[in-house]
Amino acid sequence: MENLSDRGGPAQPLLIAKDLRKHFKVKGGAPGATVRAVDGVSFTIHKGETLGIVGESGCGKSTLARLLLHLIEPDSGELVFDGDPVGEMRGISVNALRRQVQMVFQDSASSLNPRMPVRDSIAFGPHVHGKTKAESSRIARDVLVKVGLKPDLFGPRYPHELSGGQKQRVNIARALAIEPRMVILDEAVSALDKSVEAQVLNLLRALKENFNLTYLFISHDLSVVRYISDRVLVMYLGAVVELGPVNEIFSRPKHPYTVALLASRPSMDPANRIEEPPLTGDPPSPIDPPSGCRFRTRCQFAETVCAEVQPVLGQWNDRDSHIAACHMRDPASGHSRATEVN
Amino acid sequence: MSSPLVEVQDLNVRFVTRESTAHAVNGVTFSVQPGEVLCILGESGSGKSVTLRALMRLLPANKARISGSIKVDGQDVLALDAAGLSRLRGGLVSMIFQEPMTALDPVYTIGDQIVETIRRHKGGTKAAARARALELLELVKIPSAAQRLDNYPHELSGGLRQRAMIAMALSCGPRLLLADEPTTALDATVQIQVLILLRKLQADLGMGTIFVTHDLGVASEIADRIAVMYAGRIIEEGPVADILANPLHPYTRGLMASTVHGQSRDRDIDAIPGSPPDLRQLPPGCAFAPRCAQASGDCLTAPPEPRYPAPGRMARCVQVSAKTPEFA
Ligand SMILES: Nc1ncnc2c1ncn2[C@@H]1O[C@H](COP(=O)(O)OP(=O)(O)OP(=O)(O)O)[C@@H](O)[C@H]1O
Ligand SMILES: Nc1ncnc2c1ncn2[C@@H]1O[C@H](COP(=O)(O)OP(=O)(O)OP(=O)(O)O)[C@@H](O)[C@H]1O
Ligand code: SF4
Ligand SMILES: [Mg+2]
Ligand SMILES: [Mg+2]
Repeated sequence: MENLSDRGGPAQPLLIAKDLRKHFKVKGGAPGATVRAVDGVSFTIHKGETLGIVGESGCGKSTLARLLLHLIEPDSGELVFDGDPVGEMRGISVNALRRQVQMVFQDSASSLNPRMPVRDSIAFGPHVHGKTKAESSRIARDVLVKVGLKPDLFGPRYPHELSGGQKQRVNIARALAIEPRMVILDEAVSALDKSVEAQVLNLLRALKENFNLTYLFISHDLSVVRYISDRVLVMYLGAVVELGPVNEIFSRPKHPYTVALLASRPSMDPANRIEEPPLTGDPPSPIDPPSGCRFRTRCQFAETVCAEVQPVLGQWNDRDSHIAACHMRDPASGHSRATEVN
Repeated sequence: MSSPLVEVQDLNVRFVTRESTAHAVNGVTFSVQPGEVLCILGESGSGKSVTLRALMRLLPANKARISGSIKVDGQDVLALDAAGLSRLRGGLVSMIFQEPMTALDPVYTIGDQIVETIRRHKGGTKAAARARALELLELVKIPSAAQRLDNYPHELSGGLRQRAMIAMALSCGPRLLLADEPTTALDATVQIQVLILLRKLQADLGMGTIFVTHDLGVASEIADRIAVMYAGRIIEEGPVADILANPLHPYTRGLMASTVHGQSRDRDIDAIPGSPPDLRQLPPGCAFAPRCAQASGDCLTAPPEPRYPAPGRMARCVQVSAKTPEFA
């Protein structure tokens, strides 16, 4: 394996995604109809940070994650990894990218080979990337220790002999085995019971600390995202509607969708239950998203301008900015509340 | 107090195969009053769904060994014959599931399915049943209900499908509603819509409800009382506010501490070590003992008997005495 050291220096974002787009053809749908799963998404991930991604089911989180690894080809857009454009002559290859970015999925059971002891599943990655058999086995033992599983006890086991939490640890071990710089966690703790989820979250935090990792953490659980993330990106129907530091997003959300999403969290207080739903209706179809602002069909502040002009997100490549794609946040938009809110 | 709508006494369910016996439900006792919402809270495999299904006798008869007693509205459910069961399922009790597609038939429209259910159990003309179906869709706040009657299940979003299933469950005017994680698969924004709807319907119609969930937050929004299950036993029970404010069983405490909810970002979450026991080989004592920081020798011999430290509260833990300081 080549040296995967820091090339661009601390100020260079680890990953820059620029205007990524992926539209899927609709099977059996009208000719030319597409699902606009990811529709012009831009953001940066800085070295050593955890970027959380939240949004409703089907808003494009997993598609975005797979685009970042080129597991599916983007229709358009650009990826820059530590200063190097991905898949271009002067940049780094997709294979080199995948050596540095690993992914852990929700469904821990089905991502492990059921007919292989887990130590072999873990050793497979390093071996493919050029380590000898012996080196790969040693790495497998090391990473099992790192995720808190005794190699002699758990290494020889098959996936069906492990609990859900143990399987997810093995998946994390497998991701770590090739010493990535970044790990994408797509609903990686969502299927776990609360008591086990907490164990895995603690583990993820410790690993990040010890190995200087960068995380992209996708989850529909807002409380978990708040706990683990440094910055948060909120998606709605294939687009970014808000981006900012975690405390900003949770204490001063700017986009009406983020406000509603946060207000939809159960109260945890039977004396102060939520009386009215913060948001009515269901998300519209991604096949034919609303014109202008995609959220306008469910937004209580929608005005004519919202149907006519698509609001822009703003300075997405600035690390500290807290931005939202809403006309109320743009004093020049003509929205009647634009001056009042800001 | 009126007589309970549901009375379950020492319910045991084992799944027997040639290789092993899974002790899924182990001595469960609880009751539900008319108009009350009991939440059964517990993690995966703790026996929530099996308990619920036993109430409607929906467990596979060839594999499930059931003992104990289940009374719904005074009827002995475990003794009902086929006709009695059909009456129970078609009128007194209805069930809604996590996945509406298990209850809705993909080849018929929503309207036809509700009409068919109403006529099978209540008779009446087609036109009357259709008028009732429309009322029900409006009751569960499905927008443009008249048009939705003619939609097939796959033409509805997840949230609307869940509402359609609730409408169908209400069609025969049940006195007891059984809900098995009906909002777990929904997005946060849609989940709270459905929870608020269920809460209103339940209060307006005065149904007793048993609501299964693994989510403390959901329970906090809908429950009157909570029964916490672990390894097939109810290990703690009480009014929702009391349990959230002052959990007594170490497992309930651990569950609350490990549920991520506004904890400080600078330190670890207080996770419960280990994982739940294998139901084929339950430990002889408290099933939580292997993971419990407070476990002592007493915990290892026999499952702790229920203790009642305050009115309406029960916990099965040797640490809890009838004279717990908090209540003295
Ligand atoms: N291979 C595919 N072909 C066609 N449509 C797809 C494909 N993959 C995803 N989609 C669609 O793209 C949209 C975004 O899907 P995606 O899986 O990225 O959402 P998500 O945000 O990860 O949702 P969830 O929270 O449910 O995991 C959805 O409408 C989905 O149905
Ligand atoms: N038909 C069956 N045959 C054999 N075992 C079963 C059957 N149904 C349930 N079990 C077992 O009984 C135990 C309790 O299952 P149950 O479905 O009640 O759990 P639960 O608390 O509802 O969990 P979850 O949150 O995952 O739905 C589990 O170990 C399960 O594997
Ligand atoms: S742009 Fe308009 S419709 Fe969109 S969120 Fe802002 S106010 Fe609402
Ligand atoms: Mg996804
Ligand atoms: Mg269940």
